[in-house]
Amino acid sequence: MYCGLGMFVLIVGCGRVGSAIANSMMEEGHDVSVLDEDAEAIALLDRGQESSWEERGGQFTEGTALEIDALLAAGIERADAFVASTDGDNTNLVIAQVAKRRFNVDRVVVRVLDPARARWYAEQGLQTVCPTQTAIELLEAAVRGQIRFEGVAG
Amino acid sequence: MYVVIVGAGKVGWNLARELINKRHEVTVIESDAHRFAVVEQELEHSAMYGDGSELWVLERSGIERADLVVAVTGDDEDNILISQVAREKYGTPRVVARCNNPRNLQHFELLGVRPVISATDLILRLIEHEVPKYGLVHLLDLPEERLEIIELEVGDGSPAAGRAVKDLGLPDGSLVISILREGGGFVPTGDSVIEPGDEVLVVLDVGIESRVTELFTARTAA
Repeated sequence: MYCGLGMFVLIVGCGRVGSAIANSMMEEGHDVSVLDEDAEAIALLDRGQESSWEERGGQFTEGTALEIDALLAAGIERADAFVASTDGDNTNLVIAQVAKRRFNVDRVVVRVLDPARARWYAEQGLQTVCPTQTAIELLEAAVRGQIRFEGVAG
Repeated sequence: MYVVIVGAGKVGWNLARELINKRHEVTVIESDAHRFAVVEQELEHSAMYGDGSELWVLERSGIERADLVVAVTGDDEDNILISQVAREKYGTPRVVARCNNPRNLQHFELLGVRPVISATDLILRLIEHEVPKYGLVHLLDLPEERLEIIELEVGDGSPAAGRAVKDLGLPDGSLVISILREGGGFVPTGDSVIEPGDEVLVVLDVGIESRVTELFTARTAA
């Protein structure tokens, strides 16, 4: 058991990215709670797994990211880490700031697809991750022949 | 004045039209292609197609020289972000945002977006004004100054009816600023006598409302 050792991780937005992070964190022994507005999104957490998300001790809350009640139900008050990975850049940027400023979550990471906004909010102190920028850099390097990868890179 | 409006819904479009009629320079940004085509027919070069939460779109609209940015899209998270970057990145002197869902007002406040217009709240206040509950209407709340202005109806059985303002026993931190009577209004002195049917405007410190209202509300006979 990992009691007392792991973090409590709250992930908002359970798409390909959010569900993959959730399963990784769970396997590493952390407590993981996932919030998504679509109740069916829990299927992504179970994909390729032997037992269901909840059987493995995971928490899933159906609710809208901007609703404080949903964030509270998902456990934001005791979150050590917060991941904003919904499919909306603006939603992610608002809830990440809510997690940081209102709930004082220690570690807040936010996915932003638009490189310009990712850069500006990073300058304002948010930990932004921009998959678009990462793809641009890898693809440019591959075109220049600076890197060469077999299969899927990144 | 140069005004950038984000969102050409009913609010944004009408606002753009009004401002143009008042000889202001306006750009209204709309992200829906069909809506943009409709709006552009009337507003021509004042309409711009694009996602107003993208920085390059805002820059192309000339946000750096805007005197006022108005964020009135149908999505609160967009309005919050647009207002935030307008103020903090581009230094827009004045920003007005629309809040579609009053439950999101707390996010606007948390992220320093002011002032916020909530149509639901405005309509609610208008309804309260037309249909006063318990004869009490909140006319103005100034949370930062910790003051509010309320309107009270003086009913027939009100303990205030027939008494002079100075004899009402108003608590410290409250003041009768106006008496509305028979379609007119006046600023009372301490000797002005309150009559049944009057409406009275009172300015007061936050938190003493119930002590003021009980002086005006008729008590049911025991």
